[in-house]
Amino acid sequence: MQNFGFYVVPAMIFMIILYASFKNVSVFDEFLTGSEEGFKTTISLIPTLVALVTGVTMLKSSGALELFANFVSPICTFLKIPPQIAPLAIMRPISGSGSTALLDNIFSNYGPDSLIGTIASMIMGSTETTFYTLTVYFGAVKIKNTGHALICAVLADICAIVTAILTAKLLTF
Amino acid sequence: MLNYIWPAMILISIISATITNRIPELANSVLVGAHNAINLAISITGMMCFWTGIMKTAEKSNLTEKISKIFEFFIKFIFPECTPKSKASQAICMNITANLLGLGNAATPFGVKAMQELQKSNKSKKTASNGMIMLTVINTASLQIIPTMLCTLRQKHGSENPMKILPYLWVTSLCALTVGIVAAKCLEKRKGD
Repeated sequence: MQNFGFYVVPAMIFMIILYASFKNVSVFDEFLTGSEEGFKTTISLIPTLVALVTGVTMLKSSGALELFANFVSPICTFLKIPPQIAPLAIMRPISGSGSTALLDNIFSNYGPDSLIGTIASMIMGSTETTFYTLTVYFGAVKIKNTGHALICAVLADICAIVTAILTAKLLTF
Repeated sequence: MLNYIWPAMILISIISATITNRIPELANSVLVGAHNAINLAISITGMMCFWTGIMKTAEKSNLTEKISKIFEFFIKFIFPECTPKSKASQAICMNITANLLGLGNAATPFGVKAMQELQKSNKSKKTASNGMIMLTVINTASLQIIPTMLCTLRQKHGSENPMKILPYLWVTSLCALTVGIVAAKCLEKRKGD
């Protein structure tokens, strides 16, 4: 089951190409047309990515996340949540690689089956790099006013974190 | 939105670096960050080109239309402004399928394609339409059925049963997704007043 991901990609490509060939589509020409659109989109995303990635890298190196985690951890202790979770919960929405590194660290320190390890797994598995998604999706269509998108995404993330903690406690005890 | 968040990020970074005495690291991170951004752009270009190419092929053979039939009910409810046969809803369906299968690499190009299709029918080009917000919110929640990366990492660190958490994970993801969708729906109604 864990190798599921390895089988899905070839299976999906196989199905799409076979079906298109069967339907007499000029597969190669259509692929190139689509590919070119994708290329243009990526190029137009570069300025957005430079702004975002530089901002996130600065934030990570500045120690701001640690400061914030220190501030939050007494609240976590009060709510009977392991405070070691705080940095991950803060990092998760802004950086995929950063949060993976933190998760790896939590696993080596506490083990993946501990309460902390389970909560961390659940948070990691039920949320996305919200900030990156918002930036790329709206950046690709040059939308300036994103309305209520951020509030809804953050609400969903908070819900994921709370449910993750509750279900993890249920699972390990 | 980003006109507030981005400057806040930069200013907070510089202030925190001053407090924590990390100015040299911060100065370095400006260069590293910009460099990494270009690396990221180059590394996503390949998969963007590949998957938009595959998407185009699937579109021409009417396969995406068939796939979008599976999600017809969901689309009608979540994206009422999209007709089920439109290119936008086809791209949305491909995006959701890729997310469910854990093809993060493919989900982004499909999602971006859906955003571009939604933008075509958007009345004010600078303001996000309800459909765009909904699509983005769905994509910020994780829909993956089997999170391969997470399970591999758990196994690497000697978990007794790396997949044990999956049912709980689905419940959690579903809760988060529901909250996101409901919140988006509630706020969009208020907008229409």
